[in-house]
Amino acid sequence: MAVAVALAAGLGACAGSETDTPTLTWYINPDDGGQAELARTCTEEADGRYQVETSLLPRDASSQREQLARRLAAGDASIDIVSLDPPFIPELAEPGFLAPVPEDLQNTEGVVQGAVDSATWDGELVTVPFWANTQLLWYRTSVVEAAGLDMSQPVTWAQIIEVAEEEGKLLGVQGTKAEALTVWINALIASAGGQVIVNPEAPADEVELGMDSPAARAAAEIVSAIGEAGLGGAGLTTADENASMNVFASDEGSFMVNWPFVYPALSAADPAVVEDMGWTIYPRVSEDQEPAPPVGGINLGVGAFSRYPDLAYDAIACIIRPEHQAQYFVTNGNPPSAVAAYDEPEVQEQFPMADTIRDSLELAVPRPQTPYYNDLSLSIQETWHPVSAVDPGTTPAESASFIIAVLRGESLI
Amino acid sequence: MSFQAPDAGAAATATEQEQQGRTRSVTPGRKGRRSDRARSENRLGWMLAGPAFVLMLAVTLYPILQAAYDSLFSLRLTVPDDREFVGLQNYGVVLTDRLFWYSLGVTLFITVVTVLIELVLGFLLALAMHRAITRLRGIVRTAILVPYGIITVVSAFAWFYMFDINAGGYMNAWLDWIPGIDENLNWFAQRGTALFVIIASEVWKTTPFISLLLLSGLSQVSGDLEEAAKVDGATSWQVLRRVILPNMKAAIMVAVLFRALDAFRIFDNIFIMTNGAQGTEVLSLLAYRTSIGRLEIGLGSAISVLLFACVGILAFIAIKGFKVDLAGGKER
Repeated sequence: MAVAVALAAGLGACAGSETDTPTLTWYINPDDGGQAELARTCTEEADGRYQVETSLLPRDASSQREQLARRLAAGDASIDIVSLDPPFIPELAEPGFLAPVPEDLQNTEGVVQGAVDSATWDGELVTVPFWANTQLLWYRTSVVEAAGLDMSQPVTWAQIIEVAEEEGKLLGVQGTKAEALTVWINALIASAGGQVIVNPEAPADEVELGMDSPAARAAAEIVSAIGEAGLGGAGLTTADENASMNVFASDEGSFMVNWPFVYPALSAADPAVVEDMGWTIYPRVSEDQEPAPPVGGINLGVGAFSRYPDLAYDAIACIIRPEHQAQYFVTNGNPPSAVAAYDEPEVQEQFPMADTIRDSLELAVPRPQTPYYNDLSLSIQETWHPVSAVDPGTTPAESASFIIAVLRGESLI
Repeated sequence: MSFQAPDAGAAATATEQEQQGRTRSVTPGRKGRRSDRARSENRLGWMLAGPAFVLMLAVTLYPILQAAYDSLFSLRLTVPDDREFVGLQNYGVVLTDRLFWYSLGVTLFITVVTVLIELVLGFLLALAMHRAITRLRGIVRTAILVPYGIITVVSAFAWFYMFDINAGGYMNAWLDWIPGIDENLNWFAQRGTALFVIIASEVWKTTPFISLLLLSGLSQVSGDLEEAAKVDGATSWQVLRRVILPNMKAAIMVAVLFRALDAFRIFDNIFIMTNGAQGTEVLSLLAYRTSIGRLEIGLGSAISVLLFACVGILAFIAIKGFKVDLAGGKER
């Protein structure tokens, strides 16, 4: 009897703890503490309805994806809110690992187009845009002036290659065998009016590619021209975003395509370079075609196995408020997905290129949205690397047949 | 010998009992009691070692069997509903793929080259440690063992940053007196130079391990034998070839076997330095990328099982090749 009473008391205590404030775990990518700060802010605003705790994911996006995919496949209920890199979203949405986005958060009015596209899968918003990233064309004002190039007009890849060659300078591009290379090639193909996958929502064995196309050949011509002429510098084959930034900051720097993080990074490391630094929209493949800048950033999803999906979406609604996005941009350097956030005085003051970023995000074209994105990206890297060996006559076709073989499970990567 | 006497006595007792009559069952007296004790000791042994044995099975045999089972399915972690039994099809895909055989070739190349270099260097270091005067022996051993104490990923990053021109690597500045090396040499942009750095870092890291194993073998070689050979007029080279090396065969075998199996599973250095680019792909990286990166559990398990089989074959060849009984540590 005494045992039964004790047990009942224990159960009562347990039941009591259930009524305590629910804790939402937000799996975040590493940043400068901005997401933890937003978690605190939204916990305060929730006024006891829930509290948000952050949990750190690995540093690079592919490792974050690996961990999340494994845990969600195992039905991990601890994943409430999660910061997701856009290209990997369809892979998690397709098997139902993400809880559906509620009606009130489906409204994408006032959100930059690139972020909306990257948060969508199968015609539906499956995650909520949080911050949006895009690459700009950064240039050394001194080099551009010496070459007499008018940067107020749209710039093509042919023009920047020509200036670099004439001035004996180097271009900051990402030639390493990693995701950065896929980002570059996708932007080139999209800007040439093509697309890597024609029907991204098809099953793996029915996928049709746009790789063996005039657009892909135009992209290959640009890549191989830079590779063959050595315009990317001696380190091009292994150059990631940081390496490109260092090339740009060196005496041989001229142009660079890169994410906005380079501005605060160079401001801290090399103010003299920043004084000589200009920025504009990502270069075009040809004069008569629109540019297609890469888009990145982070969207917020809710784990399908979360115990509090409704509260998680309430917390997301708080996190993504324009003033919070502006605060995150100013403190952590990550651009907002909300158009309104760009008008905040602090943003305009700290990031003189904020308007260019917003314009770029409206033009941005995401990487192929497909559940097989990782296979696709690895296959592109396998066939387009090193860039000095890319042959416009053969590489696009070889790349297409290799991707098909990989997607059908007939070939290893 | 004295311990044989009771056994002989027990046997004699049994024979006498048998001869005395068949009405009593044959129950050897002292031998039976020993057997009981042996049995209970055996039982105690199992009780003590049993949990460890079960744990070993759980952490080693279970994953191996699970991988072998998974390799028979077409299964991608993010498409759980499409799980389909495909028999040996995954093995067919892997074994007919150029990349698998290429990775196997690179893995074997790295294994053979590193083990050969390490064996020579390790032996020289072992000799240095063996012959070092007593006062310095401790310091010499500690100094030689430092690289082995460093975590592989950490040493991989150190070597990467030393050679990577994008991260301000200084090796080009140090080595520019060598023809073919200048400030623009990108070590990780070509297969040859990338493999050179990978192998060099591997040799630097694990030579101490081999030298330690060889040192234990060296210290087992009797000084009398060496002295006798010298008295007979043998040169130092002859002493080494005819006396020292044959007497430390078991130690050499253990060193080669352990290092070869370790080198065959090389992962960290390549993952950090090239991630398999420029033709530096190895089997463990291929298995990792397929299982973890692509989440292709079936295909990745098939590669892992084949990797396991390769390690087994390598161990078998090493043990048979050296004709050494590992359990006894003696020549057969």
